[in-house]
Amino acid sequence: MRHEQGAVHAAEGYARSTGKPGVVIVTSGPGATNAVTGITDALMDSIPIVVLSGQVPTFMIGNDAFQEADTVGITRPCTKHNWLVSDTKDLANILHQAFHVALSGRPGPVLVDIPKDVQFASAEYVSPQKARTSHYQPQVKGDLEAITELVEALETAERPIFYTGGGVINSGPAASQLLRELVDASGIPITSTLMGLGAYPASGKNWLGMLGMHGLYEANMAMHGCDLLINVGARFDDRITGRVDAFSPNSTRVHIDIDPSSINKVIKTDIPIVGDIAHVLEDVLKIWKSRGRQTNREGVQKWWARIAEWRKVDCLAFTQGAKTIKPQYAMQRLEALTRGHDRYICTEVGQHQMWAAQYLGFEDPNRWMTSGGLGTMGYGLPASVGVQVAHPEALVINVAGEASWLMNMQEMGTAVQFRLPVKQFILNNERLGMVRQWQQLLHGERYSHSWSEALPDFVKLAEAFGAKGIICTDPADLDDAIIEMIEHDGPVVFDCVVEKHENCYPMIPSGEPHNKMLLGEDAATSGAIGASGAVLV
Amino acid sequence: MSALKIKKGSTKHSAYNLRPTFSDTTETHTLAVIVDNEPGVLARVIGLFSGRGYNIDSLTVAEVDHTGHTSRITIVTTGTPQVIEQIKAQLGRIVVVHEVHDLTVEGRSVERELALLKVTGVGDKRVEALRLADIFRANVVDSTLGSFVFEITGTPDKIDAFAELMRPLGLSEIARTGVAALLRGAS
Repeated sequence: MRHEQGAVHAAEGYARSTGKPGVVIVTSGPGATNAVTGITDALMDSIPIVVLSGQVPTFMIGNDAFQEADTVGITRPCTKHNWLVSDTKDLANILHQAFHVALSGRPGPVLVDIPKDVQFASAEYVSPQKARTSHYQPQVKGDLEAITELVEALETAERPIFYTGGGVINSGPAASQLLRELVDASGIPITSTLMGLGAYPASGKNWLGMLGMHGLYEANMAMHGCDLLINVGARFDDRITGRVDAFSPNSTRVHIDIDPSSINKVIKTDIPIVGDIAHVLEDVLKIWKSRGRQTNREGVQKWWARIAEWRKVDCLAFTQGAKTIKPQYAMQRLEALTRGHDRYICTEVGQHQMWAAQYLGFEDPNRWMTSGGLGTMGYGLPASVGVQVAHPEALVINVAGEASWLMNMQEMGTAVQFRLPVKQFILNNERLGMVRQWQQLLHGERYSHSWSEALPDFVKLAEAFGAKGIICTDPADLDDAIIEMIEHDGPVVFDCVVEKHENCYPMIPSGEPHNKMLLGEDAATSGAIGASGAVLV
Repeated sequence: MSALKIKKGSTKHSAYNLRPTFSDTTETHTLAVIVDNEPGVLARVIGLFSGRGYNIDSLTVAEVDHTGHTSRITIVTTGTPQVIEQIKAQLGRIVVVHEVHDLTVEGRSVERELALLKVTGVGDKRVEALRLADIFRANVVDSTLGSFVFEITGTPDKIDAFAELMRPLGLSEIARTGVAALLRGAS
């Protein structure tokens, strides 16, 4: 890798696409501080990674030595746990513990800081079986009484909904399988956070699409109108809830989470279940089946009829003209032309990320790598490198915005050097599109530092790295250009020049509840965000 | 997850019942946190409080089990019931934390603090300081012709009261340990 931040994102991409921990090795001082953004990103999105950082020799620690930084101090709040190895004989034990902590319970990043003299000395290896076990053993089985309460609620609810998150993906493929079985057998609608896309297939009959700030109209309206909300491995993030005091006002809330601190943090929960998603869902299914697979058929049928009304709004509709490519259209064509491929999608952060989430369909878990919690621009390109390393034959596409992509573009060098055929699909609007959108809606169209007048020629840039560059400006040429990108055996930078002032809708303006969405370009946007909402980001 | 060690059967539904009260009134709770005695552990706990904006009214820490390498941190904190629950859950999440006990809800507890107070003065004030110290059962641990150092043990309220009385009598310095607390009874 070319930069430590990129290295951590690549490890995240590897981890998220495989379910295995990613490992990063960085040098001391600036190497460790550069890694901090990636480590924080992994913490926010619960991605298991193990960072090994170099440190100055033990006898020089605290002397302001060359390339010394207090790495364990700096990374303490952004790791699950970290260790400074002061003696080589502790190293094996600590490394085993590091992997255990990164993977157990709610996964996350850990860091092991290894001084140079500790690296140079030798000591006896301790096998994982003989390593001192940590008392850190998070609970995986859910409480059966609470699970029975959930089943009882599920049997009688008139307007139930599943709201699933990244916890389902993190729990492993079994969790997604069990979720699919439960959702399909019960006939209950399901929506998901950005992090949870793919746990339930986008082609599944009960799928409502993503919810939240830029979620689908039907998903958000269903969240607002439901009488039973079953949160499976999500954390009531502020991008999901909107205004907390008006969030899903008439529902019984169930929350299944492996992290007890997620429960009742934001939203009051009626039935809390602490445990691993796969373990809990297995018990839910077992109990529900043993009680005769009941649901409130009549109520749920009426509920689907209401959802069908909301679907008629067709909130993702847009009009593609003849001249400029609409970003939504680019996503739609990318979806159509890559469906059926062994496909992995990464994104950067911004409007393109939301369009990718709205218009691309995810059929399986671990196929969607995006920076959710921290919202790290510059995530996608290095993440795609990590994904491609894990899946050399797969089609790995990074849907990017030009501003995000430039933040870690040095990693094109890595892609070329290691012959990683990653496809960089850049929706180029010459703007920090999401920032521009907010300045339009929130700041009276006083645009500030949200555009670039000095962008590189992306085709030449790709060629300078030794990759292939493609530019597309005409909607009529888009399909051929995308096919050319897919068929090229090597890394590609695709400069998709799109409509500059397209806004991302639907949108829940900050400070508003789920049922106050802005829809489409015709929406009256002036004054959509009130003074109290304006202070929220 | 030690933060959730609610006694089995103590609630209607489950041992892991997290139903909150979500009241706006703040409460003061005394937490006992058993941690591995290793470098940085106090920084982790304090960092959690500062990073998430929780209050620390008092904090004491010392090794309590030399062979087991564990320390006991006693924290007095103030917050709404929801915040207190969050604090306990967040503490329980720290890898080196073994147990989190909320002494305020787990039963009646004994809370004690030790303070040293330096009182300077001569004549009547000096005599009065000594007399009050006697009433409060404070010991004189250092004495010169112009000063006393008193040692007093008790609840924080008792120490506050003693310090207030000493102020007009020449209180010049005070050092307090913070609260140490244990549950009453055999358990």
